[in-house]
Amino acid sequence: MAVIDAGMRSGNLSGENLRERRVTNTIPERGRPLISEPLAVRAALIAIAIGFISLFIVLPLVAVFGQAIAKGYSAYQAAITSSDALSAIRLTVIVAAISVILNLIFGLAAAWTITKFDFPGKTVLITFIDLPFSVSPVVAGLVFVLLFGAQGLLGPWLSDHNIKILFALPGIVLATVFVTFPFVARELIPLMQEQGTAEEEAALSLGASGFATFFRVTLPNIKWALLYGVLLCNARAMGEFGAVSVVSGHIRGQTNTMPLHIEILYNEYQFGAAFAVASLLALLALVTLVLKTLLERKLERKTP
Amino acid sequence: MALAKTLAIRTAAIPPRFRNQSVIPGFGLTFGLTLTWLALIVLLPLGALVLKAYSLTPTQFWAILASPRTLNALKLSFGLSLLAAAINAVFGLIIAWVLVRYDFPGKRIADALVDIPFALPTAVAGIALSSIYASNGWIGGLLDPVGIKIAFTKWGILIALIFVGLPFLVRTVQPVLIDLDPEIEHAAASLGATRWQTILKVIVPSLLPAILTGFALAFARAVGEYGSVIFIAGNLPNMTEIAPLLIIIRLEEFRYADATAIACVMLFASFILLFIINRLQSWAESRG
Repeated sequence: MAVIDAGMRSGNLSGENLRERRVTNTIPERGRPLISEPLAVRAALIAIAIGFISLFIVLPLVAVFGQAIAKGYSAYQAAITSSDALSAIRLTVIVAAISVILNLIFGLAAAWTITKFDFPGKTVLITFIDLPFSVSPVVAGLVFVLLFGAQGLLGPWLSDHNIKILFALPGIVLATVFVTFPFVARELIPLMQEQGTAEEEAALSLGASGFATFFRVTLPNIKWALLYGVLLCNARAMGEFGAVSVVSGHIRGQTNTMPLHIEILYNEYQFGAAFAVASLLALLALVTLVLKTLLERKLERKTP
Repeated sequence: MALAKTLAIRTAAIPPRFRNQSVIPGFGLTFGLTLTWLALIVLLPLGALVLKAYSLTPTQFWAILASPRTLNALKLSFGLSLLAAAINAVFGLIIAWVLVRYDFPGKRIADALVDIPFALPTAVAGIALSSIYASNGWIGGLLDPVGIKIAFTKWGILIALIFVGLPFLVRTVQPVLIDLDPEIEHAAASLGATRWQTILKVIVPSLLPAILTGFALAFARAVGEYGSVIFIAGNLPNMTEIAPLLIIIRLEEFRYADATAIACVMLFASFILLFIINRLQSWAESRG
């Protein structure tokens, strides 16, 4: 309503002007509908939009692939099969797999508790789940250094017990889990909210166990949204740079993930090799986008 | 069956104050898991940061923040993020408008491409932008003869921040624009508003909550951005050094107090922005 009011109040229309326009409105204009823009304006806006997307998005993508193969195929192959690159790829896959599984379990639990029950403080809980989205990755890395570092709160205890978290796999996983924390839960909560609890209640009243209800009623209903969340979570986990850079220690062949390996190559002026490894991550991003678009179509078809 | 029965009996015994008399099982398990996980991964580590900050005296804390290098880094990060979010607000609105309202060849591809900054790892974006805008790069090479330098200056940082923020604007405005009832525009037009008046006084006001939400999201992301910026920024102290980079530099110098103080300011900004975004979203919902 407020919107219509604003439209009605749209000032400086003199009576005469108004009458005149009303006349033109009763005669259907040729060519374009009443609520569209002139062709020139439309063309200009489309040109601006395509120009902006080309400049800021397409050009960087082209640059990655172009520079990756600029030195020829054998150089490309050498760059992505060097032992440091392979160990970076291996570490990235391991870290992403662990982070995705952990966030999958957490996301399901959080979505279940938030959408199937009422309890005080729910909004606060949702806000806290969202928090990692707006925290800088560097701050996310720093908090783990303050917690587990030699000067940190738990540092002395950890070194007494010979547990290595920082500059090792557990630290990298923790930082990655932190930055990807909301991904799965965020996709599930709105969908499960919309679906309500009626189907689960029906299954339970027919005698299904809690787990049977979850696996045979809830899971089929949310599987595409779940996959969507996992997809985005995985893309972010494999590409995370800032947080991992703080906690990894950059040990070549040991704690270097793919993005960190790219940084080292680039800073050593091995641009060809840096872009070769980067092209693998860019490919991952493109595949993620294609799958995401396909999933979106599936999700749209599901929800009426 | 047996489990469901024992659960049902247990449920009956619990006074239904906290758990809402639901017949659905698993509240204890999922609520407990959620809180434990949240506490371990998010709250405890952030608590460590706040605790560390408390070990500083207020004078120490302010001395760190008031040092010229810190102030310049914070000013640069917040200032350029505001500018990038503003530029994205304009172009993001145009892109969302074009994607929703017009038909043109390649529209679906353009729509999908908008998400690239979400999906492309920041380090990859960083080296790509840096190579394009360096003085021997595709665009940098064109601008260099005219005396314009982008890479390793503030403008390079701005470009990177525009890149990471763009999808936030487009993706928050787009759904609202799709849902906008064309009847309202017809009403405005039939009451004599010109197309321009309809856009400025009817469409833009109803998109305003979404635009502001997208602006705040893009701003929040840009302030904390690290990976895509450091390759294209010159990283010169007081000139092109962003706040997240300064945190890392202080950490590498083992000046934990300095790193903590700067991180606290950024965390505080995150909290405020999160609060503003939540308010904007509930405003948007109440209008929809």
